[in-house]
Amino acid sequence: MSSENFQQSRTPPIATTGLLGWIRLNLFSSWFNSILTILVIYLLYQILVPFLNWSIFAADFTHNYLGQQIIDRTFCTRVMDPEIGGACWAIIFVRFYQFIYGFYPVEEVWRVNIVYSLLVIAVAPLLIEKFPLRKYFLYFTLIFPIIAYFLLAGGFGLAHVSTKDWGGLLVTLVLGFTGIALAFPLGIVLALGRRSNLPVISMVCTLFIEFIRGVPLITLLFFGMVMLPLFLPEGITLDGLVRCLIAVTLFQGAYMAEVIRGGLQAIPQGQYEAAQSVGLSYWQMNRKIILPQAIRITIPSIVNTSIGLFKDTTLVLIVGQLDLLGIGRAVLAAQTWMGLSIEVYVFVAVVFIIFTFSMSRYSLYLEKKLKTGINMGAD
Amino acid sequence: MSDSSIISLQNVNKWFGDFHVLQDVNLEVKKKERIVVCGPSGSGKSTMIRCINRLEEHQEGKIVVDGIELTGNLKNIDSVRKEVGMVFQQFNLFPHLSVKENITLAPIWVKKMPKAEAEELAMKQLEIVKIPEQANKFPGQLSGGQQQRVAIARSLAMNPNIMLFDEPTSALDPEMIKEVLDVMVDLAEGGMTMIVVTHEMGFAKTVANRMVFMDEGRIVEEAPPDKFFNNPESDRTKLFLSQILNH
Repeated sequence: MSSENFQQSRTPPIATTGLLGWIRLNLFSSWFNSILTILVIYLLYQILVPFLNWSIFAADFTHNYLGQQIIDRTFCTRVMDPEIGGACWAIIFVRFYQFIYGFYPVEEVWRVNIVYSLLVIAVAPLLIEKFPLRKYFLYFTLIFPIIAYFLLAGGFGLAHVSTKDWGGLLVTLVLGFTGIALAFPLGIVLALGRRSNLPVISMVCTLFIEFIRGVPLITLLFFGMVMLPLFLPEGITLDGLVRCLIAVTLFQGAYMAEVIRGGLQAIPQGQYEAAQSVGLSYWQMNRKIILPQAIRITIPSIVNTSIGLFKDTTLVLIVGQLDLLGIGRAVLAAQTWMGLSIEVYVFVAVVFIIFTFSMSRYSLYLEKKLKTGINMGAD
Repeated sequence: MSDSSIISLQNVNKWFGDFHVLQDVNLEVKKKERIVVCGPSGSGKSTMIRCINRLEEHQEGKIVVDGIELTGNLKNIDSVRKEVGMVFQQFNLFPHLSVKENITLAPIWVKKMPKAEAEELAMKQLEIVKIPEQANKFPGQLSGGQQQRVAIARSLAMNPNIMLFDEPTSALDPEMIKEVLDVMVDLAEGGMTMIVVTHEMGFAKTVANRMVFMDEGRIVEEAPPDKFFNNPESDRTKLFLSQILNH
C-alpha cells in the first residue's frame, strides 16, 4: 500500500451540533439568511430596548423617582418629567382590586377568592389525565358552577351581591368559562342535530347555527339587552350579566357545533356500521364511538374558537358590563388617573395573553399526547 | 318460508337511486347452515347481506330473521342486530379503544353485563381467535389479520346466532388470509349459522353447505359446492368460475 493512498488531512466538518452549530445552521446558512438575521437583530434592538427601558428600567412601580408613594397620576415620574419617566405601573397596583374583583364588596371578597381557588381545583383534573383520584374530582368539576354561583351571588346565608358589582377579571372569567363550558354540550347537540336523519331536527339546528353564525356577537349582545326581555313573561327580569351569558353561549355554541360537525364528517362510515352491527343505540354509538373520535381530531379547532370567545368577551363592555377591559376604561375615565392608557392596555393585554397562551400550549400538549399515545391508523 | 329457516328473504328488491341493486332475491337459510355467496363486483352480494342486519334498507319484499320481520320498527331492528354478528372487509375496529375495550363495549352497554364479566368474556373470545396476548394493544398496532380476528371476537362476544361476513379477507395481505379463514373454519365447525361473501373458493369448498352465485342483483344459481364447482348449470356461473379459478 503506497503512501499516496493514505487519507489527506482535511479541515474538520463544520459543526452542526451545539449552540454554535445551531446558530450557523439556522441563522447564517447563506449570505441572504445572514443579512436577514442581522436585519432582524437590528429591528429587535430598536424595538425591545426602548420597550424594556420604558416598561421596566425607567418605570415607576409603587414609588416615583423622588421616592414618594404614588397615589394618583400627578405623582408619576412621567407626568412630572416626561423626559426621564417610563411606565407608571402604580395605576395597576392602586387599582388592582378593581381589576381583579370589580366593585365586589371588600368584606365579601373572600368568596371570590374561594371561587378562584376552587376554579383551579375544578379545571385541573379536567386537563390532567393522571390527576390523582381524577374520577371524584370530576364530580366536583360538575357541581363547581353551582357552588360558584351561590358563592358569588349569595344565598344560603351569604349576603346577596348584585352582578352590577362584579367586574374586572371576575366578569371576564365568568363569561369566558361559562360560555365555553355551556357552549360545548350545546355545540355537540347542534352538530348531531344538523346531521340528523329527521328533517325537522336537522332543519331547526341548521337554521339556528346559520342564524347565529351570520350575526356579529355584538349584535347578539344588543339583542340580549334589548329584545330578550320582550320574550320573557311580564314581571320577570333577567340580570344584565345573564343576558350577556346567554348571548355569548349561543354564539359560541353555534361555532362549536360547526367545529364538531367537521370532526363528525371525518369519521368513516364503517365506524357507524360497526357500532350499529354490535347493537349500540344511536346515543350509545355517538357517546362511545363517534364523538370521542370526532372531538379528538377537532381539539385544535375547539381550542381555537374557545380562545376567540375568551377574547370576544371584552365586547360586553359595549352593553355596560365591566369586564377586565371595561374596568380598565373605567379606571382611565377617572380624573385621578387620566392619560395612563398605555399602562392599562398593556396590563389588560398581558392578562389576556397569559390565559390564551396557556390554552394554546395545552392544546399543543394534548395533540402531541393523543398522536403518540394511540395510533389511530386502523382505517 | 319453511319452519326451519332462520333467515328468509322473499322477493327482496332494492334500488340505489335508479340502480336496481337487488332484484327479486329469494333465499332461505336453515339453522347451522353455512352459505358462501360469490359473484362479480356490483352483483349485490354485499348489499344483500347488509340488508339482513338492516345496515341497508330493502324497499320491497320481506326479510325475516329468527322469526323477526325487518321493518321500520326500531325495536325489531335492535333485536335482529342482537342476533346477527357482522364482520366487515375493512375490519372497522374502534381505533380509540384497546382490543379488549373493542370487545367489551357492546356486552357492557347493550347487554348491561358487569365489567369484570365482560372482560372475562373478551379474553375467552380472544382465545378463540388465538390472540389473547394482544388484549391491551390498540387496533392500529395490530396487523390486518389480527385486526380482523379481533373484529370476529367483537361480534362473537354478543353471542349471535348468525354471523355475516362481508369479504372478510379481501383487504388482507395473502399471508394473513389463512389465519382469518382458520378462525372462520373453527366457527363453522362449532355450528354457527354463517353467510360469507368471499372469493376464497378453497374456503368455500371445505366449509359451505351451499353456494349462492349472484350477478346483476339476482341470485343466478344455488347449489351444494360439489355440484356448483364441478357441474354448474348457468353459463354465467361457468364463466365466472373459469375467471376466478384459472389464474
